[in-house]
Amino acid sequence: MQPLVEVEDLSVDFVTRESRVRAVNGVSFSMMPGEVMCMLGESGSGKSVTMRALMRLLPPKRSEIGGRIRIAGQDVLAMDDRALRRMRGGVVSMIFQEPMTAFDPVVRVGDQIAEVVAQHRGVSRREGLRRALELFDLVRIPSAERRLQAYPHELSGGLRQRAMIALALSCEPKLLLADEPTTALDATVQIQVLILLRSLQRELGMSVVFVTHDLGVAAEIADRVAIMYAGRIVETGSVREVLRSPLHPYTSGLLGSTVHDQPRDRALETIPGAPPDMRALPPGCSFAPRCPQALGECASGPPPAVSPAPGRVARCLRVAAPQQPEYA
Amino acid sequence: MFSYVLRRLLAAVPIALGVSMVCFGLVYLAPGDPVQTLLPPDADAETVAQLKRLYGLDRPLAVQYLSWLGRVLSGDFGRSIATGRPVAEEIARSLGNTVLLAGLSVVVAFSVAFALGTIAGRRAGSWLDRCVTGVAVVGVSVPNYWLGIVLVIVFAVEMMALPASGMAGDGFDPTSWEHLKHLVLPVITLSMIPVGIIARTTRSAVSEVMNQEFVTTLRANGLPEWRVLRHALKNALPPVLAVMGLQFGTLMGGSILVETVFSWPGSGFLLSKAILTRDVPVLQGTILVLALIFVLTNLAVDLVQSSVDPRIRRA
Repeated sequence: MQPLVEVEDLSVDFVTRESRVRAVNGVSFSMMPGEVMCMLGESGSGKSVTMRALMRLLPPKRSEIGGRIRIAGQDVLAMDDRALRRMRGGVVSMIFQEPMTAFDPVVRVGDQIAEVVAQHRGVSRREGLRRALELFDLVRIPSAERRLQAYPHELSGGLRQRAMIALALSCEPKLLLADEPTTALDATVQIQVLILLRSLQRELGMSVVFVTHDLGVAAEIADRVAIMYAGRIVETGSVREVLRSPLHPYTSGLLGSTVHDQPRDRALETIPGAPPDMRALPPGCSFAPRCPQALGECASGPPPAVSPAPGRVARCLRVAAPQQPEYA
Repeated sequence: MFSYVLRRLLAAVPIALGVSMVCFGLVYLAPGDPVQTLLPPDADAETVAQLKRLYGLDRPLAVQYLSWLGRVLSGDFGRSIATGRPVAEEIARSLGNTVLLAGLSVVVAFSVAFALGTIAGRRAGSWLDRCVTGVAVVGVSVPNYWLGIVLVIVFAVEMMALPASGMAGDGFDPTSWEHLKHLVLPVITLSMIPVGIIARTTRSAVSEVMNQEFVTTLRANGLPEWRVLRHALKNALPPVLAVMGLQFGTLMGGSILVETVFSWPGSGFLLSKAILTRDVPVLQGTILVLALIFVLTNLAVDLVQSSVDPRIRRA
């Protein structure tokens, strides 16, 4: 089976007249159809930028994308406007973090979905609205008919996010990019939306990239995780393995700083220090200055990606070192 | 909706009262009185007093105001001191001309400025944006009576292509070139400042909207750029409409100089004549009607705004 997504050595630079910042640096991954991958990492680690690069949604004048992106056999970086429009929403679509601002506030929700359906399928507005009703039922919005007539501000946060999911699924994409879709929601609503997304993914057999900084979410929904730090993927593997036996010290740090399964009288462990300034990254491993296990060589150059076991990759000198034979 | 309109109309009553009081007071604070302009300079005191009595100008100010107000409420604006014709008739004749001129100017200004502002706002920071901003600044800065005179010199006196002043006759026939020709220069002159102001407003509204997240959503769903722009413009429209309404109100009352330059028989022209002759009844009536029009214009703008943007539904 062909992979649905192949990303090789992806880099994203933000350029202004005075400066140039590399927000994503040498990211590579691939996904099979129907696979769910979680991208984990702190704010500013390049998760969202990677997602937007996949759809070429970054402002073309202020950003430069390097590397290779293939989705469903097509070279995304070589697409012209027309091909790009067909891909966006048709093959790949995205759910955003903030459902309040992601809809046009002055157009009825149903009409916004109908417009997209009409655009991709070449059908009438009326046909588009019928499809929107189907989708509202699919994402379990109660009294769907009435909600189609609503303006975004008339819906609750949870309903808005469901409507956003309906919009994203309107043209049956093969890949769904979910950029922290539950972060802006109440805790109870978060779980509902998460369960909905998981069941829709199974029902429709889509691939999903789920961006989050919540390990619990990752464990709940993903087949695979990719941990990002300072614009690089520092570790990937199956959810089970990564969460159970992390290879990279940063992953261990993340796991150590979750609230789950910790005795309540113990203070939470945190990763010392702060995420690095992307304008002035250290020459070696970006995590080295905060790493409790850093070696002298860590500062000399970026560690290469090594694969100690099938399906697992980490960028850490420690991993390749022979004193860790259990991963060899 | 109906009750909202009714409340807004009721709120116009104190505004109108205030405007009329201030205006009444100001006219009497200014030196000179209407009787002096009616009589020869050497008229004797007896004649002056007689005339004052005739027009009720010898009574205390408050009494004059209240009696004027009472008559206005019954629909009688009094008679012009200068021409002797009923004020209501004078206003009716000139107001139509001003509405024509100001309305057309605002429509022209809106069309030009909305297009310019959209181009600039989409590419904020580009050289196109800077050009539009330059045009807007010039439009706002040039005094329009000066522009009017320059246009008259160039197009009427030198090139003799367009008439310099007045209307082609009583009434207006939009199919007649003769009638339209007289509008060209005044409309260009009057629309200059609104073009500048509306273009700036549109530019900032469009550039703000284009940076909003939903624009990314629209693109992420594969909508072509013109459809994205249509969404953006609908969002940018309410503030632009508000400014446009204010501009219309300003033009209705504020085109005194331009109407004078072009001898356009509108309310501005009427006002300027009334000021020069201290024609108090005409001044009072005209200003009151203009103030009411200003209030109504703003109400109309609010209603249009809420029909564009559902978040500002007025109840």
